Amino acid sequence: MIPAAFDYQRASTLDEAVGLLSANGEDAKLLAGGHSLLPLMRLRLATPALLIDIGRIRELSYVRDEGDRVAIGALTRHRDLEISEALRAHVPILAHVAAQVGDPQVRHRGTIGGSISHGDPASDLPAACLALGATFRAVGPKGERTIAAGDFFRGFLETALAADEVLTEISVPKMDGAGWSFQKFNRRAQDWAIVGVAAVTGANPGVALVNMGMTPLRATAVEEALASGASGAEAASHAADGLDPPSDLNASADYRRHLARVLVRRALEEAAA
Amino acid sequence: MKVSVRVNGVGHEHEVEPRTLLVHYLRDVVGLTGTNIGCDTSSCGACTVLIGGESVKSCTVLAVQADGADITTIEGLADGDRLHPVQEAFREHHALQCGYCTPGMVMAAVSLLAENPDPTEAEVREGLEGNLCRCTGYHNIVKAILAAARVPAESAAS
Amino acid sequence: MTAVEVPPRVVGTRLRRREDPALLTGEARFVADLTVPGTLHAAIVRSPVAHARIRSVDLAPALALPGVVAAYTGEDLQGDWAATLPCAWPVTADMKSPAHRPLAVGTVNYVGDAVAVVLAESEYAAHDAAEAVVVDYDPLAAVLDLEDAASDRVLVHEDLGTNVSYTWELSPDPDAVERAFAEAAHTVSGRYVQQRLLPSAMEPRGVLVVPHPFGGDFTVYSATQIPHILRVMLAVTVGVPETSLRVVAPSVGGGFGSKLNVYAEEALALALARKTRKPVRWIEERSEQAVSTIHGRGQIQHIDLAADAGGRITAVRVRLLADMGAYLQLVTPGVPLLGAFLYTGVYDVGAYSFSCTSVFTTKTPTDAYRGAGRPEATYAIERAIDALAREMDLDPAEIRRRNFIPADRFPYDSVAGLVFDSGNYVAALDRCLEIAGYEELRADQARRREEGDPRQIGLGLSSYVEMCGLAPSRVLASLNYSAGGWEAATVRVLPTGKVQVVTGTSPHGQGHETSWSMIAADRLGISPGDVEVLHSDTAVAPYGMDTYGSRSLAVGGTAVYLATERVIDKARRIAAHQLEAAEEDVRLVAGQFQVQGSPDRAMPLAAVAFEAFTAHNLPEGMEPNLEASSHFDPPNFTFPFGTHLAVVEVDTETGAARLLRYVAVDDCGNQINPLIVEGQVHGGIVQGAAQALWEEASYDDDGNLVSTTLADYLVPSAAEVPTFETDSTVTPSPTNPMGVKGVGEAGTIAAAPAVMNAIVDALSTHGVSDIDMPASPQRICRAIQEVRP
Repeated sequence: MIPAAFDYQRASTLDEAVGLLSANGEDAKLLAGGHSLLPLMRLRLATPALLIDIGRIRELSYVRDEGDRVAIGALTRHRDLEISEALRAHVPILAHVAAQVGDPQVRHRGTIGGSISHGDPASDLPAACLALGATFRAVGPKGERTIAAGDFFRGFLETALAADEVLTEISVPKMDGAGWSFQKFNRRAQDWAIVGVAAVTGANPGVALVNMGMTPLRATAVEEALASGASGAEAASHAADGLDPPSDLNASADYRRHLARVLVRRALEEAAA
Repeated sequence: MKVSVRVNGVGHEHEVEPRTLLVHYLRDVVGLTGTNIGCDTSSCGACTVLIGGESVKSCTVLAVQADGADITTIEGLADGDRLHPVQEAFREHHALQCGYCTPGMVMAAVSLLAENPDPTEAEVREGLEGNLCRCTGYHNIVKAILAAARVPAESAAS
Repeated sequence: MTAVEVPPRVVGTRLRRREDPALLTGEARFVADLTVPGTLHAAIVRSPVAHARIRSVDLAPALALPGVVAAYTGEDLQGDWAATLPCAWPVTADMKSPAHRPLAVGTVNYVGDAVAVVLAESEYAAHDAAEAVVVDYDPLAAVLDLEDAASDRVLVHEDLGTNVSYTWELSPDPDAVERAFAEAAHTVSGRYVQQRLLPSAMEPRGVLVVPHPFGGDFTVYSATQIPHILRVMLAVTVGVPETSLRVVAPSVGGGFGSKLNVYAEEALALALARKTRKPVRWIEERSEQAVSTIHGRGQIQHIDLAADAGGRITAVRVRLLADMGAYLQLVTPGVPLLGAFLYTGVYDVGAYSFSCTSVFTTKTPTDAYRGAGRPEATYAIERAIDALAREMDLDPAEIRRRNFIPADRFPYDSVAGLVFDSGNYVAALDRCLEIAGYEELRADQARRREEGDPRQIGLGLSSYVEMCGLAPSRVLASLNYSAGGWEAATVRVLPTGKVQVVTGTSPHGQGHETSWSMIAADRLGISPGDVEVLHSDTAVAPYGMDTYGSRSLAVGGTAVYLATERVIDKARRIAAHQLEAAEEDVRLVAGQFQVQGSPDRAMPLAAVAFEAFTAHNLPEGMEPNLEASSHFDPPNFTFPFGTHLAVVEVDTETGAARLLRYVAVDDCGNQINPLIVEGQVHGGIVQGAAQALWEEASYDDDGNLVSTTLADYLVPSAAEVPTFETDSTVTPSPTNPMGVKGVGEAGTIAAAPAVMNAIVDALSTHGVSDIDMPASPQRICRAIQEVRP
């Protein structure tokens, strides 16, 4: 299919992007790699009146070592995360997860900022950010603010970003050799996860789930069980507690709950190994 | 909206509607119909071209996004009558039947080998996850790419 | 002149394909690549509801958009058809077939049914306009379940008075079947569901019709497997004289049966080109294709086996319920019949009965998809024989051995009335087990079972026979098929000695240009590079029955062979005349006609051709030129066979099934080009395995197709399948002079039961005896949980 017609503006700086967003409100959408938005537009499931192309704002593409954290520009492509020496050394789960997104062609275009701000519960990178305890920086007309990953995902494809805000940076703590695992369960390699699990052990442990609800989410019941000293297997049995995962062609809600328990157990085993 | 690109080393400049997909621009405006369209959900990879040497699905890129880009399509791969080593290997190993997925498959393979010149079979298979073929069962495609990877670099230069 | 060196035979070699350079460089032209100035782009408005009366169609909003030239409803075009869309296979005299118009009139009968068409100056404008058309529907109940459809609770087509299109039976001796079941030591029964599949050729369909300004002629460029049949059928449907239609299939990107049809859009494009006097082009989109191109399979199979105490099958009883969808397309009703003769598989069975009831549903029509009837038949018998093996605690290889038709019984008269031409089934099984290292695999399986490994492995065998080489025209007549099964070829030696082969087959990936050139070159003793192959254009190759059903080599290739022989006969007479030798003393050796015993008296083929061209000195009464044709109608089908083994690892915790290894031993008789044979097998395996593991055209309760894109309809990628281990045995067919059989569908026929037998085998110690296809992780997981105490 072909997208419905729209207007197109190119922002060459962050300020320009924020200005265009503020001026056009809800009718405008940001376009970075376009790999979340354009597929929806082609099926005419999204019909924005204006696309603001921020893909050329070079200053938003970087991976920077900042002492105990690594900062990632929102326009950094999945491929760049995958091969980033800083991430491989200090936040290996993120480099690994980036390499699991979509397929190579998608990874050559798609950006971490696009993936995070789209807020799709079936995406891999939001779960990795949740498990890592990442923080997101957003810039709007009133300046910039920092949002914890745990506070960012609000509803189905809905985030804490205001309509006139641009996500600019993802900051993740260094893992300092902590164990980790990413379990992506799908039927074909290129597909979204039916269920996915990102797990980090060590000083700042976290477990997050892909496609287990309306948003990317933390497996809080698992994290609490682990904090109170439960074994991995015992904690994993709580993986679906309180969750209301979707039903679709590939999986009923019940099957997703079952998968979450199996995959969290495997993730915790692998992270501990 | 004005678009100015280099395609296979040749400059092109056109006015296009913003919604024009890169694949339509290449096929209908530039006139390079070797890049095929196989789906409408970025799934099949038939439309794969290289932007700056990296594989992308040209159905999921707007022509305006590619403004200023250096694009290689299947038509730009062979050196005159001399096929690119990946094309040659596809022929040698019968890695195509109907040939419709082939341009995208070859471009994906070229990008894959640029990033990983000495892949394992598993790496080749995973690297092709975004390209669907209905004829070959992939057996000979994988074989061809592994063979192309063994072609010495000097004869692979193009 | 000294004797020339005899070049090695080209038939049987792994010659690289001549088709490839154009396809590899983007030079090949598919329908969507063709442009003609002034072309109007068509987009179709399709029904979003499964079953409804059309209250109104408002085209005005579409016509108001820029670039839109015209728009029509089904009512508007009522006068443009000379006949409804064709079904060429009225399998019974009383078969029910609803009127199928290119655009719906009055009611829509499936999601995707075409309601209106818009024509615009660009593709983008056409799509915008199609979105703008407003249709008001008065919904009717959907008919989705086959058993429910058969009950006639809700009628798809009220005017037919029933949803049953036909019931067809094959029961040579019902008493013998009854007796066998009454006396059986063991019986097993299976109910297997053949889910609907989307054929999913990588190139969607498309058509471009170019009217010629004088004389009322039209050239139809279509992504079709059947340019010849299409020409006849479009002439009849649209009311254009056959002589005014030229049909060209340019490069065609795969078909698998889905382009073996006469589609509404082809008729529409022709009618609209006639109406507007402009070229009209329609290119299918993938998500549109999911509803607008035929689906495959769609059957519920009941199979019962009776066996004696030794595990020898004494009778097979089959009842089918087949889903026709909303209309009968070209050969829709015949698909179950193509399987009807093969439910006894490769086994020596004495009693057999088959019946099929075919029903209408409010879904996309089904029709022939790779294998068409034969994969379904093979699936049922191969699943059932494994069930019998489990029942008797026999190894699946052993039970097959006990039941195979012995090699010394060929030609074999099957209980269903066929004569299997040749076979050595046990040889293929033995070779397959040897390659696989069957005993070690069983040992690995036993070890994993003992250790309680969550990752179990299963071994799945599938021994198959198929009937290919469609087909003897008289047999087709006995099945009420409306056409013959012959094929045409012309071979011409041009004045320079280059050769033209004209074939009525229409390749779309099979490499006919390469193989046909090899056949002709091999006989003529010249290089295949000196042979060009012309095809897929009714102006160039006027006669043909096209490409489907693994028929092209056994029928079309044989026609090439026979035409070449005729050319050689004529050339020999010319050479004898020129060399002043007796005709019987002249032999063709390595492209030279030589007088036996005096090798210095010789004439190369090119010289003979030039003599034929100048006609200055031909034998008395001989016509000029070196050209001959053949219309080959085979005396019998061919019966390729083989055994495949799938090794599947099942993760019993998640339900994920992974194909670890796949061994295939196929026997398609003599091989023209093993490179191409192997390629056909590889691709077929993945399509069959895909039915077992990934693919399903799923409908929701309202009759909406849910898996409409390649993101939801899971065509596997390279990452999901292993490298295959293939080999072949060679049992030539006595049906044709080259001893060939055909291989286009073998992999697909064998693979689904092999994979499913492997999954069931992996889980048999968990108490699982059946899983529906596709064996998704969820289904496997559920099956394990359901039998868990």
